[in-house]
Amino acid sequence: MPRRLPKKDVVIIGFGWTGAIMANELTDEGLDVIAIERGPWRDAPTDFPPTYMQDELRYRVRHELFLRPDQLTFTFRNMMSQTALPIRSWGAFMPPNGVGGGGTHWNAEMWRFLPSDFVLRTHLTERYGASFLPADMTIQDWGITYDELEPHYDRFEYLCGTSGQAGNLKGKILEGGNPFEGPRSRPYPTPPQAQPFSHTLFGKAAQELGYKPFPQPSGNLSQAYTNPLGLRLGPCTYCGFCEWFGCSNYSKASPQTTLIPYLIRKANFTARDNSEVIRINLDRSGTRATGVTFVDTSGEEWEQQADLVILSAFALFNVQLLLHSGIGKPYDPVANTGVVGRNYTHQTISTVNGFFDNRKFNFNPFIGSGSIGMCIDEFNGDNFDHGPHGFVGGGYMGQVQTGGRPIESTLVPPGTPKWGADWKKAVKDNYLSTVKPGTGVHGSFYSYRDVYLDLDPTYTDRFGRPLMRITMDLKENEIKQNKFLTDKFAEIIKAMGAEKLAVQYRKGPYDITTYQTTHVNGGAVMGTDPNTSALNRYLQSWDVPNLFVLGATAFPQNPGYNPTLTVGALAYWAAAAIRGKYLKNPGRLVDA
Amino acid sequence: MPNSRKPVFLIAVLLTLLTVSPAFTGEPDPQEFTQIEHGRYLATAADCISCHTIPGSKPFAGGRAIETPFGNIISANLTPDLDTGIGAWSDEAFDAAVRKGIGRHGGFLYPAMPYTAYAKLSRDDVLAIRAYLGSIEPVRNNVPPTSLPFPFNIRSGMRLWNALYFDRSEFKHDPSKSAEWNRGAYLVDGPAHCGACHTAKTFLGGDKTDQYLQGSYLQGWYAPNITNDKRLGLGNWTVEDIDAYLKTGHNRITAATGPMAEAVSLSTSHMTNKDTKAIATYLKSLPGKTESVAPLPKNSATMVAGGAIYRDQCSACHGLDGRGVANLFPAIADASGARSNDPTTSIRIVLRGARSVATAREPTSPGMPSYSWQLDDTQVADVLNYIRNSWGGAASPVEAKDVSHVRSDTAARGD
Repeated sequence: MPRRLPKKDVVIIGFGWTGAIMANELTDEGLDVIAIERGPWRDAPTDFPPTYMQDELRYRVRHELFLRPDQLTFTFRNMMSQTALPIRSWGAFMPPNGVGGGGTHWNAEMWRFLPSDFVLRTHLTERYGASFLPADMTIQDWGITYDELEPHYDRFEYLCGTSGQAGNLKGKILEGGNPFEGPRSRPYPTPPQAQPFSHTLFGKAAQELGYKPFPQPSGNLSQAYTNPLGLRLGPCTYCGFCEWFGCSNYSKASPQTTLIPYLIRKANFTARDNSEVIRINLDRSGTRATGVTFVDTSGEEWEQQADLVILSAFALFNVQLLLHSGIGKPYDPVANTGVVGRNYTHQTISTVNGFFDNRKFNFNPFIGSGSIGMCIDEFNGDNFDHGPHGFVGGGYMGQVQTGGRPIESTLVPPGTPKWGADWKKAVKDNYLSTVKPGTGVHGSFYSYRDVYLDLDPTYTDRFGRPLMRITMDLKENEIKQNKFLTDKFAEIIKAMGAEKLAVQYRKGPYDITTYQTTHVNGGAVMGTDPNTSALNRYLQSWDVPNLFVLGATAFPQNPGYNPTLTVGALAYWAAAAIRGKYLKNPGRLVDA
Repeated sequence: MPNSRKPVFLIAVLLTLLTVSPAFTGEPDPQEFTQIEHGRYLATAADCISCHTIPGSKPFAGGRAIETPFGNIISANLTPDLDTGIGAWSDEAFDAAVRKGIGRHGGFLYPAMPYTAYAKLSRDDVLAIRAYLGSIEPVRNNVPPTSLPFPFNIRSGMRLWNALYFDRSEFKHDPSKSAEWNRGAYLVDGPAHCGACHTAKTFLGGDKTDQYLQGSYLQGWYAPNITNDKRLGLGNWTVEDIDAYLKTGHNRITAATGPMAEAVSLSTSHMTNKDTKAIATYLKSLPGKTESVAPLPKNSATMVAGGAIYRDQCSACHGLDGRGVANLFPAIADASGARSNDPTTSIRIVLRGARSVATAREPTSPGMPSYSWQLDDTQVADVLNYIRNSWGGAASPVEAKDVSHVRSDTAARGD
């Protein structure tokens, strides 16, 4: 029998962005809240000091901030006909671990989704007809509109101090911003980050080709900022160590810099680190969560009861915990029934590296930030007519080179030997004069009937539970989309003056071993119909109304943007529903 | 769920108030809040809780070891426990301890208990503090007696010490000064006992009165000059800067760390705005003692090396111009404490790093990393020489042996 702890009003599983946002909102409501985090405590000045944080070997190569696969991993296969095998070294995405979660190591790219992204199936069907969509594509509307989410986007942007240039202020299109974005109620809290040479060169080339380039919205701040909670952020120093790293200069918006120091002063908040929740417990009816069971580092089991359970771990772990807890009907792609595991997606990423004449171009690539970049949005979502092209979806593209970290920035032109003196010479010749947009083409990844998550029949974790199995492949639609976008992107890199291009299309089969982004989504999506969504529009479980599931888990499909701003906005949206509706009358907020 | 808890809490509070019975003779009427509240405020201003609580344990239960140059002194249990606290003390005995340095049984206290400052309080003030301490939870904690080495263990020696250093007079209002100034002087010299850390001490531990609030070494830190001295003290701070520092632990120039972080956290941040302003007004009126010092030549080896280290290691936060970011990264160009004649604190912060205080109004609590593993003694001296002698500042040179001394002195200390 697990040891039982005193009951709380709210238990939060996972203490990253969404857990910290929800904890702050619900403690403001006067509730007694505990957050339980699997990984260690991580605090900005003590864990990310500028004296050693810029250690590429430790953090990038050896994955210091991430979960170890021997703690917990997944099995993977491309197709239902295959046998899945365990992932023993992270590749395609990086599961975070510890306080701050993905918000610790992210690049801080702060995009809003397009208004049409939230009503995707309706929008595409109206414009192109239902037969334009592939038969096995399971995209759907979110059950929420951009206008409903706008105040929450705004709130998260101001929490973070986001640096950017508005493109659409209350319907008025502004020069220098993204003209395709939905209307925003306020300008960004701080001006855009400064752009280094190669980024401005991309902007110039894009403009000459008729596009409307703009600086990428950034959670690495252009100037000092004090957020609404009174927490202070410093100006980014453009050190170029953001993704894979914590920020050592208080410049990157993260739970540690924007929420936690404020939250931990509250008497009605408690956090437990190094404690892994293994199950959400239900009462006999199976329709009410009674709390959670977690295991500490000595292997001892504890039970934390609570009236309200917030599941706010990383997207994949949310789905896994639902499956292990028997909450919601598991998805069956053959019968096309069930919802937990359904509509799992990632991101369709590619790039084009440009090699320039080193006598004329010195890009000083080590000047960077995780969300620096000049971008265009002409080919995202449904910002262009897909009719002639035979695919749906799109993405933003841009020169978003985030730094020149030495181990991973040894790019050489096509045809160079892979090792030896010639390789070394080529690295030296090209280091300063190569344009290397990491995620140059940042494309959407739509959902399909046979791309999903379920429990593996063979492999188990250290607690003896089945591992979760990922079945995922790249479909024709995404491959076509990526080819189209990558070619457009290559034209701009060429127009910048590159002598040689290395064009790297994203091709099938989906590759679990190479990094693409950590934007894995879906598996317990939000929606209007309990037959095709695990959560209602307030991220409340249809089956267990005192459970809310936060994070990209809820995305029915993934648009062509980075997910975090929408993840944070949805957390505020769900918190508002809990505070404004649920607490007054605990129960289902939407009738099934 | 949220609504059900508040009434329960209120009822619990009411029951507690109704059922508390006098724990010792002479306790005031438990319904009489005015005196208790006055005492609570004075006890906060006097920061009694700091020395009389082991961090993390029951408040005021004593037992914390206070480091002095003569050995550790163990603080008393101030809770109203009848056997181990002050529950059975008479008002007379309490007043004698606080304001005269006389223990309950007539023995002398050591002045680590700043009765030399508390003598400025009135008897009514002291009895108010006692009334407040009578209202807190009694904790049974038998504090071990202090045992200093010979000759300091002969407590009667304190009779001579008191004759030399103890001014028993109560605070006297100076009619030629404003009420605000007088309030500030009372707080600084009385309850807040600023001089305990900021006034240099003789070899016997008495105040060097001619160096009043001009800075002093203690417990591995150098408490800086807090007079209006332009180079070393608060001459470049406005009243508002001092007020912000005391209220929040941070201002446009610097942040509280080390023992001052505790003083801000437990005491000054809880003072009224009027009182922090009054302290600021008083400190700004103290002339200090301005000596002029020539800066080290810019092209000297230590300044050149220090400048290079500063650019590499420090400028990302503190800025190439030394201006930092207000309330986040100290503006070391303006932080006079960095130029103290005794560089102990600066050396310590570079070697060990420091965490600034978190307060309700400034919760960020930024920290400085430790450079002890990265910079050797000469490099630490170089970078401090650069910081102390740039941006219009000037200070005595720091040498590698000074760094070496602080390195070994702080090796066994907590943060």
